[in-house]
Amino acid sequence: MATQPLSNQPPHPMDFQTRSMRINNARRTLTNYFISGLSILATILVILPLIAILFYLVFKGASSLNLNFFTHIPAPVGEQGGGMANAIVGSGIILALASLMGIPVGIAAGVYLAEFGRGKALATAVRFTADVLNGVPSIVMGIAVFSLLVQGRHFSAFAGGVALAIMMVPTITRTTEEMLATVPHAIREAALGLGVPKWRTAVSVSLRTASPGIITGCMLAFARVAGETAPLLFTAFGNQFWSLKLSEPIAALPLQIYIYAISPYDEWHRLAWAGSLVLIVLIMVSVTLVRIFANRGVLKGGS
Amino acid sequence: MGVGILVEDLNAWYGTTHTLQDIRLHIPANHATALIGPSGCGKSTFVRCLNRMHETNPIARATGVVKMGEIDIYKEASPVEIRRRVGMVFQRPNPFPTMSIYDNVVSGLKLNGFRNRRVLDETVERSLKQAALWEEVKDDLKKKSGASLSGGQQQRMCIARALAVDPEVLLMDEPASALDPVSTSKIEDLIFQLKSQYTIVIVTHNMQQAARVAENTGFFLNGKMVEFDSTHKIFTNPKDKRTEDYITGRFG
Repeated sequence: MATQPLSNQPPHPMDFQTRSMRINNARRTLTNYFISGLSILATILVILPLIAILFYLVFKGASSLNLNFFTHIPAPVGEQGGGMANAIVGSGIILALASLMGIPVGIAAGVYLAEFGRGKALATAVRFTADVLNGVPSIVMGIAVFSLLVQGRHFSAFAGGVALAIMMVPTITRTTEEMLATVPHAIREAALGLGVPKWRTAVSVSLRTASPGIITGCMLAFARVAGETAPLLFTAFGNQFWSLKLSEPIAALPLQIYIYAISPYDEWHRLAWAGSLVLIVLIMVSVTLVRIFANRGVLKGGS
Repeated sequence: MGVGILVEDLNAWYGTTHTLQDIRLHIPANHATALIGPSGCGKSTFVRCLNRMHETNPIARATGVVKMGEIDIYKEASPVEIRRRVGMVFQRPNPFPTMSIYDNVVSGLKLNGFRNRRVLDETVERSLKQAALWEEVKDDLKKKSGASLSGGQQQRMCIARALAVDPEVLLMDEPASALDPVSTSKIEDLIFQLKSQYTIVIVTHNMQQAARVAENTGFFLNGKMVEFDSTHKIFTNPKDKRTEDYITGRFG
């Protein structure tokens, strides 16, 4: 309503028809578009590299992918063909080992930090250690595990698994702690009030409520170590032949890619590209599978 | 059946704050007892001392004697045992968001390792009927999350959950303060029906509510219990001047 001021009093501040209000409105609309645009741009910038990498890998690697790649072990220098079957299986074994060791330890430490260690000196020490460990370069981790488990013995799949597990732990511990901190205290009180012991409350109530976030944390840690090369160089070492023994050197995709990529042969370069493509697709598939399984039991209307 | 509660020289602290001072009180069995008083006067702390929830806060401490029936709960029982015998309903509905309605109701049994399907089924039906929620939810007990119900339904579900472990005492800490008037009156009806079987202690800010549901009322002020008497007496002829000032709305 364009009300004519009766006297020379200033117009009502909420009268949207005044000139200043119209300018103000236009400014807000513009700001809204501007900020939304910036957010969309940022999102594109985030997704773009991933898409670019994927396309480039498909472009470079897809032509070398065939059934042999998944069923054969690397061919000797000079021979055509050959695949990375042993490296794919090897990576699977090392990652399974790392997850079996790293995920329980990481989650347990996170539960301790969030549920039992509030304000305790030990918890502060653990939190600090986890943060430092998170920042340790992966090559250093490799050397550390080398001197612990390999030196004086020999390279092994087990040592590779341990190196990756140690790299997974800090990420999982800290996300578990953060996610448990978002569980409302009222829910814990509900369980304690029913006479549920504290440990059972932590496991069956707090941990279960926080599980979607914790699973995301585990997936992040998994995806991060799945492509690690450096910690495996001195531990799993790599293997040009079939080996499923945990006490023997074992092939792994990142190692095989590394060896092929720095080789002088074009054929091996192409295989390295194919290996990279397979690695990234396998990571995406396993993360997606875990998500699907994790979402299966979720009820209608839960938060 | 409910049991009576005898409280003697109960003192409680949060850190250095002396929240409860020398509380002496007898809460009769199978009656509803209301606790009124201004915010921060210690009512909630008091009920949390009755099921030893007070001590779950690391800086909290309590001394004194609380006898539930024949048992001194601070000397002769573990907190876990006591909390199984004393149900608690909190100010805001706090369903377990990852659990179905069914699992929420029997969570007290299941989380304590009880798994007999037939008994669980019966318990769910009995508790939800007691909490006047059965008709509204019986068709999606296992389909829907407990968090998908409305606030009033959630609170009745929380009451059902407390009743499912068959407690002798039911503590309610402002159970209707986050609810609309219709849900509030449903909860009050519920308290009215339940008090023949359980000893009910209800903290409330709403004096009409105290007057409607409780036989006895205690008035708390600054960590002390000023007066405890039959609800009728408290609201019509209080002995203490401060009680009179509070119920007539002169402060608080």
